Amino acid sequence: MAYEQILMRNCREGGDPSIKQYKAAGGYQALDKALAMKPDELVEFVKGANLRGRGGAGFPAGVKWSFLPPNRTVTYLCVNADESEPPTFCNRVLMEHDPHMLLEGIIIAGYATRTTVAYIYMRGEFTEQFHVLQKAIDEAYADGLLGKNIRGSGYDMECYIHRGAGAYVCGEETGLIESLEGKRGWPRIKPPFPAVEGLFHKPTVVNNVETLACVPHILTRGLDWWNGLGTQNSKGTKMYCVSGPVNRPGCYEAPLGITTRELIYGKDFGGGMRDNMKVKTVAPGGISMGFLRGDMFPKPDGGKVDVTRDCDELDCLLDFDDPRHYGLLGLGTAAAVVVAEDTDIRDVLFNVTRFFSHESCGQCTQCREGTGWMHRVAARIRDGAGRQYDLDLLAEITKNMGMMPGLSICGLPDGAAFPIRTLVQKFRPEFEKRIGEQQADAAKRRILQTNPAAYDLPILQGRAVQPAGGTYMTPEKLKRN
Amino acid sequence: MSWQAIDRKSAPADEGPGLSDAVKEKIRAFFPRYETKRAVMLPALHVAQEAIGYISVRAMKDIAELLELPPSAVMDVVTFYTHYWTHPRGEKVLMVCRSLSCQLMGADKLQHAIETKLGIKDHETTPDGKFSFMTEECLAACDHAPCLMVNERMHKRVTPEQLDKLLADADSDKLPMPRSDLYDAPHGEKPARGH
Ligand SMILES: Cc1cc2nc3c(=O)[nH]c(=O)nc-3n(C[C@H](O)[C@H](O)[C@H](O)COP(=O)(O)O)c2cc1C
Ligand code: SF4
Ligand code: FES
Repeated sequence: MAYEQILMRNCREGGDPSIKQYKAAGGYQALDKALAMKPDELVEFVKGANLRGRGGAGFPAGVKWSFLPPNRTVTYLCVNADESEPPTFCNRVLMEHDPHMLLEGIIIAGYATRTTVAYIYMRGEFTEQFHVLQKAIDEAYADGLLGKNIRGSGYDMECYIHRGAGAYVCGEETGLIESLEGKRGWPRIKPPFPAVEGLFHKPTVVNNVETLACVPHILTRGLDWWNGLGTQNSKGTKMYCVSGPVNRPGCYEAPLGITTRELIYGKDFGGGMRDNMKVKTVAPGGISMGFLRGDMFPKPDGGKVDVTRDCDELDCLLDFDDPRHYGLLGLGTAAAVVVAEDTDIRDVLFNVTRFFSHESCGQCTQCREGTGWMHRVAARIRDGAGRQYDLDLLAEITKNMGMMPGLSICGLPDGAAFPIRTLVQKFRPEFEKRIGEQQADAAKRRILQTNPAAYDLPILQGRAVQPAGGTYMTPEKLKRN
Repeated sequence: MSWQAIDRKSAPADEGPGLSDAVKEKIRAFFPRYETKRAVMLPALHVAQEAIGYISVRAMKDIAELLELPPSAVMDVVTFYTHYWTHPRGEKVLMVCRSLSCQLMGADKLQHAIETKLGIKDHETTPDGKFSFMTEECLAACDHAPCLMVNERMHKRVTPEQLDKLLADADSDKLPMPRSDLYDAPHGEKPARGH
């Protein structure tokens, strides 16, 4: 079934990103509507739409805006265009094809929150998108949509692009704020939340690109239309991404609450797997949300979802609630990466752990050491030197990091824990089989390849080598054994 | 990134080139946009890297002076972000995405082909100063996996077979659209190239 394309109406090859095209398609009418309302009315209106943040956390935008202290003189709006969660690219698609939709959303959100300056924090790797968006901003200034006295309403707002420089953690809202202030992107301890004390210690709103792009449509089409789309707690339309070995990788728009299966196999979506392969696993919300079992497992026999059984889990609905029933962290960015049956699950584990150990900012011990530790364990499993109890070790590490057990400043380690936990839990038989197939001296070969001091030694002491008293093992000593 | 040092093999022996007056002027033009001078840090580093090819120690000191900060504060930021180079890079920097979607679609074959063709590894530069190579995490173009970025330009669905043509193409880093020169080096500045 084809769905109406609202956010993505101009997203096609050769689509014109100019202000002329956007106005011809009815653009900037929502802005007039918004400027006729009072800012606080507008906040209440958006609250009524239950517009949940598209950046990952799913917090309602209207509620976030209403947390701003009432008697403030300066407010900042930071637009989160740092999109760096693998494999998410919907913000990129939107910004390169219809930058004015984002700008209209920014101006309306800015008016509602009485923002003085809006900064679009755009990741440094977005080069084409930067030039497209900067041109759109120049057009908007020339048209009196930004700057002083916007459309004669007496409301002033400036809007600038701030380019990042390659760091995943700058997508976290307080990491973004620190980075904008010209520091390393180290997330801040909360509270105080940005709404109270954010950029330059002023009240600040941080919103994702797609969240803001939804706002104009809610205004023009009305609350009934918006609330008629989606499932019970997840309203509206969403840009889904699908990538990996599917026939039509790309970004597709549909109301919240389609199934993962539809996203992979639907002819308007992923179009099925290449070479008719089966799905081994899929991370339906970006890798930090965790993994589902694919359809190479038998179909469930109905009834309640039970993640302890090896069943096909592709019926998971992509809304803000259902992924939790499958042991995932949440909907995340609704960007699915599909892994085919011929992929070694150890490579997936290795790739995911490498990402998080590389991107941890290093402030919190649990996160810095935990992600690195998991990466080393995954590396030795991949290299054929794993141990059966490494699986328990990984599960144990994931329990002891993150905001949920209250051990870290930001949510990155939670995002690192869920994919590892779900992979180890759901693919344990395969891991055990692979580890069982290893050669007996695997651990020793492995240590000869790498720095002997870098790996935890006690296991090797019992299994492969006896270190000489007090010093760590050198390759020479190992050879002598 | 961040707390892990990148082993870029060669540390430059001297302080390297500083910033010209035109570059400093360009950086000062960012001041009205922000409440503090420090917030101009990332734009300043972008402009400096465009102008001299990398962030030299001299450039860090110049920026520190402009932003009224100790030089260590600038170095602190430079070493946090993967985008900034602390020694000269090649004319073209090849960035291969190594995150999951690209890896599933053959990014490691692409990486291997580049490494054998150019004879360099991650974060190294060819002796003639033409190419540098690095791996990156997800470039947000997973629908076109595997992706390869050449300086500013994104190349989509790159196979090892296309590599020869791509490396020979002088325009492989030119963007196909009108540019905004906001973050570019002032007109006429020529970056120092790698060794
Ligand atoms: C480690 C980490 C990385 C994040 N990266 C992004 C990102 O790249 N883009 C984004 O929009 N939100 C990202 N977020 C979520 C933001 O912290 C924040 O929730 C979001 O920008 C709020 O916008 P929204 O309410 O419109 O979703 C990230 C969060 C964490 C913990
Ligand atoms: S949890 Fe990790 S990424 Fe977040 S602030 Fe702590 S060390 Fe940095
Ligand atoms: S995984 Fe390579 S661009 Fe996203």
